[in-house]
Amino acid sequence: MTTMTETGTQGRAPAESGEILLEVKNLKMHFPVTAGIIFQRAVAHIKAVDGVSFFVRRGETLGLVGESGCGKTTTGRCILQLYRPTDGQVIFDGQELTGLSTRQMRTMRRRMQVIFQDPYSSLNPRMTAGNIIGEPLIVHGLVNSKDEYKDRVAELLQNVGLNPYMADRFPHEFSGGQRQRIGVARALSVDPSFIVCDEPVSALDVSIQAQIVNLLEDLQERFDLTYLFIAHDLSVVRHISNRVAVMYLGHIVEIADRNEIYRSPLHPYTRALLSAVPIPDPIIDAQRERILLSGEVPSPLNPPSGCVFHPRCPIAIDSCSEVTPELREVDSNHWAACIQAPGYGSY
Amino acid sequence: MATLLEVKDLRTHFYTFEGVVKAVDGVSYEVEEGETLGLVGESGCGKSVSALSLMRLIPDPPGKIVDGEVLFESEDILKIDMDDMRRIRGAKMSMVFQEPMTSLNPVLTLERQLSETLQLHRGMSREEARQESVDLLSRVGIPDAERRVRQYPHQFSGGMRQRVMIAMALSCNPKLIIADEPTTALDVTIQAQILELMKSLTSEFGVSLIVITHNLGVVARYANRMNIMYAGKIIERGAAGEVYSNPRHPYTVGLLKSVPRLDLPRRAKLDPIEGQPPDLINLPEGCAFRDRCRWAVDKCATEEPPLMLVNEGHWSACWRSDELGPSALDFLADLGLYADDSSNGAAASESDAEVE
Repeated sequence: MTTMTETGTQGRAPAESGEILLEVKNLKMHFPVTAGIIFQRAVAHIKAVDGVSFFVRRGETLGLVGESGCGKTTTGRCILQLYRPTDGQVIFDGQELTGLSTRQMRTMRRRMQVIFQDPYSSLNPRMTAGNIIGEPLIVHGLVNSKDEYKDRVAELLQNVGLNPYMADRFPHEFSGGQRQRIGVARALSVDPSFIVCDEPVSALDVSIQAQIVNLLEDLQERFDLTYLFIAHDLSVVRHISNRVAVMYLGHIVEIADRNEIYRSPLHPYTRALLSAVPIPDPIIDAQRERILLSGEVPSPLNPPSGCVFHPRCPIAIDSCSEVTPELREVDSNHWAACIQAPGYGSY
Repeated sequence: MATLLEVKDLRTHFYTFEGVVKAVDGVSYEVEEGETLGLVGESGCGKSVSALSLMRLIPDPPGKIVDGEVLFESEDILKIDMDDMRRIRGAKMSMVFQEPMTSLNPVLTLERQLSETLQLHRGMSREEARQESVDLLSRVGIPDAERRVRQYPHQFSGGMRQRVMIAMALSCNPKLIIADEPTTALDVTIQAQILELMKSLTSEFGVSLIVITHNLGVVARYANRMNIMYAGKIIERGAAGEVYSNPRHPYTVGLLKSVPRLDLPRRAKLDPIEGQPPDLINLPEGCAFRDRCRWAVDKCATEEPPLMLVNEGHWSACWRSDELGPSALDFLADLGLYADDSSNGAAASESDAEVE
């Protein structure tokens, strides 16, 4: 039994494993809550992310699921150093990012990009689609002439299934799905190897969601991309991810292969989350086992002692309020943070 | 079961500078007593406008109910004056809105907000209304209701606020509740709680429910019958189990095929509906879905298909509905499509058999 952090570095080699592109070790992001008008002092901390460790292999998609406020978006932003983490390490392709200066980080961002959730607010309404997509090319000095710039923008638009003539249009002239395509093209413009997709389809209609999911998969294959796919929709996450990590209140509670985690979830929260998703078929849905969680997610300002899930956990025992379970590999390539998971060992 | 509500050829149009938006254009359906009806469609298909029309809450101008009848307990509520409508609204028909954050008044305590309808419609005294408010809150599962009723909406979480909205909708023992995307703003585990609550309360009180949603799973879990809307019209309607297993409109088939499903093995590729929903100002002639339809033929461009009976209690507005059905859901039938893991195959063929 080894802990998550150790296995990451030692690179236990399962058959299909590739090289590790991104590794996050014991990441913590605590936001201070301040009081006082002139002399602001921290009176408490919101523990948005509290000791998260995982890795992403080159070319794979790691899905990160959880409910609102569980810290999944904060994790994504900490990886890109959009937030400077309170503690922990983010190692991208062998390079530690947490210590880098803003300038050094800017060069790194050529290799790591982000697609945001809301295609309505994440595009500047005063810039044309072409300028939104082309701006990173200029910032990073990737083009030498106007013609080259235009060609590249046209190529990017085509890559995401838009017409090059749309470059002169403004965001409000596009539908939600098309805007999200612009967001994807902008992320692709610098030819990155890693993209954080932060709820890229949540704001879209079902029929359009599938279009964007297929686009992301095609692009991954064509450009050899690695994704961290953050979402709350478990069925979409299973579809697009190779492996899935489940977050609850700032902690990762389970990581496993996409089929494994849906077939045999080990953490009670994962099980509840899966059973809560309604299946679009009345007959099958009625037959599924349902685990209704009582209560709501506690405040990250004052998280419960021991296992953060224990107040809502249907199988909690006394020790759960005392022991903080670390994420352990309980089965081959299956990590869980529950002292009652089979194979967890002593605590 | 008696028919509680009958909507006949409802048309609600919005008069804008760009032109007339036909948000609801000839919609007919009925709701039986005690049943749950699902109204499904994507953004802009007119599902919310059709619900607001029933409550006569369409902002006029620019909106106007231009045609149709809404018979509620055999009375056409589109014809009665606003004072009479006010007596029905909240008392016999009530509504649960999507955003529990914005639909409660932030500066009034819950007691004030819940008491208002009780005093107005049920003629209760202040003290009676207070007591009833406490009862209502505990009935929708809010612990410590006696204390909580004196609090303000911001002191409640999203799921709790949605419970308050449900309590408010139930307060006058209505015959019909219209829930407009009641769980869209909530997390999955909280969504499951709210769905179970609404299900048990509606069966307990015998209330009819219209659930408006874009989530096919929510309808599957909830509804007895469903209407699927596209571009201001109902394009398919029938018993929920029937529509899911035997879809007879290409749009319904498209919706069912574009969502990944947790209970089935993963498909190699999702099968989206190509293109965009049409502009409601310049609707094309013929079938509004034909540009995105894989089954479209010449006839679709010239003649608009009416809702036609395709099976017992099952209507579809498609010229080629006979060719659709379970076989159109090829991801169920054709297991060869799946990309990975054979171990889930057993489970899939089981569920396949159930569907057929």
